[in-house]
Amino acid sequence: MNNSLSKVPLFHITRRKELPWYRAWLIRVIAVIMGLILCGIITMFLVKINPLDVYKTMLSGAFGTSRRIWVTAQNMAILLGISLALAPAFKMRFWNLGGDGQTLMGVLGATTPMILLGGKVPNIILILIMLVCAVVAGAIWALIPAAFKARWNTNETLFTLMMNYVAIQLVSFFVVVWENPKGASKIGIINQDTMAGWLPQIGNNQYLLNILIVLVLTVAIYIYMRYTKHGYEISVVGESEPTARYVGIKVKRVILRTMLLSGAICGLVGFLLVSGTSHTMTTTIVNGRGFTGVMVAWLAKFNPIFMILTSLLLVFLSRGASEISTIYGLNDSFGSILAGILLFFIIGCEFFLNYQIALKKTRKEVKIDA
Amino acid sequence: MDHKSPILELQHITKRFGDKVVANDDVSLNVYKGEILALLGENGSGKTTLMNMLSGIYFPDEGEIYVNGNLVSIRDPKDAFNLGIGMIHQHFKLVDVLTAAENIILGLKEKGGLNVKAAAERITEICQKYGFEVDPYQKIYEMSVSQKQTVEIVKVLYRGADLLILDEPTAVLTPQETDKLFAVLRNMKADGKSIIIITHKLHEVLDISDRVAILRKGKYICDYETKNVTAQELTDAMVGHAVTLNIDRPEPVDPKERIRIKDLTIRSIDGVVRLNHVSFTACSGEILGIAGIAGNGQKELLEAIAGLQPVETGSIAYVNDDGSEEELIGKDPLEIAEMGVSLSFVPEDRLGMGLVGSMDLSENMMLRSFRQGKGIFTDRKSPHKLAERVVEELEVNTPSVETPVRKLSGGNVQKVLVGREISSAPTVLLTAYAVRGLDINSSYTIYDLINRQKKAGVAVIYVGEDLDVLLELSDKILVLCGGEVSGIIDGRTATKNEVGLMMTKIGGGEADE
Repeated sequence: MNNSLSKVPLFHITRRKELPWYRAWLIRVIAVIMGLILCGIITMFLVKINPLDVYKTMLSGAFGTSRRIWVTAQNMAILLGISLALAPAFKMRFWNLGGDGQTLMGVLGATTPMILLGGKVPNIILILIMLVCAVVAGAIWALIPAAFKARWNTNETLFTLMMNYVAIQLVSFFVVVWENPKGASKIGIINQDTMAGWLPQIGNNQYLLNILIVLVLTVAIYIYMRYTKHGYEISVVGESEPTARYVGIKVKRVILRTMLLSGAICGLVGFLLVSGTSHTMTTTIVNGRGFTGVMVAWLAKFNPIFMILTSLLLVFLSRGASEISTIYGLNDSFGSILAGILLFFIIGCEFFLNYQIALKKTRKEVKIDA
Repeated sequence: MDHKSPILELQHITKRFGDKVVANDDVSLNVYKGEILALLGENGSGKTTLMNMLSGIYFPDEGEIYVNGNLVSIRDPKDAFNLGIGMIHQHFKLVDVLTAAENIILGLKEKGGLNVKAAAERITEICQKYGFEVDPYQKIYEMSVSQKQTVEIVKVLYRGADLLILDEPTAVLTPQETDKLFAVLRNMKADGKSIIIITHKLHEVLDISDRVAILRKGKYICDYETKNVTAQELTDAMVGHAVTLNIDRPEPVDPKERIRIKDLTIRSIDGVVRLNHVSFTACSGEILGIAGIAGNGQKELLEAIAGLQPVETGSIAYVNDDGSEEELIGKDPLEIAEMGVSLSFVPEDRLGMGLVGSMDLSENMMLRSFRQGKGIFTDRKSPHKLAERVVEELEVNTPSVETPVRKLSGGNVQKVLVGREISSAPTVLLTAYAVRGLDINSSYTIYDLINRQKKAGVAVIYVGEDLDVLLELSDKILVLCGGEVSGIIDGRTATKNEVGLMMTKIGGGEADE
């Protein structure tokens, strides 16, 4: 009896029925708290700093001054913009890992007229030309892998990934072509005196226009994915291609169209980076946000409204992490460790939203029950 | 039959999934040495769950399992093997590129090196003992479904199973193959093996089993000595109330040619001929049953008519009421609909093709109608209304129309799919295995819906696997064999034997045995 008792599995995992929303959020909050506690313990043992101070520093790093809030919001807008571009593609189960490259092509597309036409055409025309070039460049970069996928069913994951490197090389080539001053191997601020091709400021807030544009985009994508025929087709193709064909959806056309959109929005973000933020072009200007954006979109289950929250979370973690490193003189990795732990808990709790773990009753208890 | 010692005793077995679903509720059941026990129950009555606990896939929440009188704990399939329990699943678990012998010894840890030859000898020995026909050196992909099943059974015997569990073994077999299987099962029984067989087909239960145990809604209801029970009694016990087992077959009213297929030839992507010069006509107000062993071109035929399957040669003409014809080949489903041909298709793969599992009922209704209306936005109100109507009229058991369809049971999923397809008032209705996996009540609902379409003048093409149903439901039966038309016969006069022979040999003819 004892022998067979010990052979009973300790627990088993079962799928949950749908959870009410408040319980789902309770699980998420608990996960964050547990993550914070673990971070605290690690902080105390590893670097012997009061964890509460660390959290305070993270908060102040992201939101401490109004300037910091603006920078956080700006970072958020760019990340959210790229995530919005990726969401329709991922919803369609097209693993677009080329967000970096597509945005970078947008950057190149915006920079080219900015340098070549700066001062030669009226500013408003220049900005429009930059916008169009950026959007087209991003779209082309997304269309190439999409066309191959639609025509020859190539693997889009590898294809989009490789396109990133091509984009980096292209940008790096043009950085040398347009380097300023000569020999600097960088472009520097473009049209610093004339501010030609710079997106206008609203009041004193340099980034407000960027943020507003991305907010409008968020609402637009939300409506597009949820209420339009195109959005519905994207969901059907993503869930099941045979079903899509069965109801006469032209799958290839949907793939091409959606990737065109995805790349175009990446291009738009590239334009915002050049025209609205940095006013220069570097190979690292996108800074891996084409990949972070994948996480933002997945965490929010491709719901653009939730993506506002998840992009805020990721930007907060990264800015908080760098603030810790600066203030306490720790190396960069420590902040990243904390951010990583928190993310682990936040992503990990998704498991508990879908499954529950039932501990095994021992046979004895069963007998009492019976 | 003397029931001396139970080889297997289940006592108070309970298995829950989540908080609310009780798949098995306090089931107690004995299996004796040398008997064939049929486990009978509607879908979702917990048969497969119960058997999965015996084969180590699930672990019971409560209750005890005794094998040969000893309390045991079956944590994984290996434990089950060690206890001499072997399960033959509905879906075969074989490696296509390996031979029968290699598949059979796969995963076994025998002393010494890999010795396929010795294994092959033992396999031949087992085969001779029970009357199987297996070539140990034949590759799986060269085998027919029934041969693959034989390999699965031999695999279990090779590992020394004394208790065999077969989950719906006859679903994929012709009547002749079923007879062969049953002969083998009787040999095994004579050798002292115990067999549990899960099946929906009552006549098979009566044919093969010694005892029938009935499950209903996860509970053990009762058991019968097979010789003392009738099909009607079994059905009533299984469903819980009296059911009539007859399917209506109204006379066709004013049949007109609707779909005329000539010399249709289809090749798969890898060049294999799937349909070979198939010609037939389907008429309005008639049910054309299509019989054949699974994978003999049924899927390709329906998909070709629906515009989903590229065709090599031939023609598929849609005949209008005034006699004018329109060619369907080369058109996709959308173009066919735009021609004004109202064609509905209930495909075999319900959640993989007919519906989107993660979408709710009303979003699934939209699949057919989302293009309607001008502008870029979808109309969500009318699909919602349609969903509510289907739920009400077909008595779909669902928490709400906002429930994802994959959370519904098989019968309800099928009602949603059929409900949507017939809501567009089709003139042609294609159905593939419309009642596969459905319980008796749902099956009869579906037969009734199909008959109503027939009465409304729809040309119905019904691909089925249960010959008894095909013979009761169809006006005409077309038998496919190896992608060719083996014959077209009158459903009212055809016999099961005749159809069965035509399924295995073009034109039927004399039996080989």
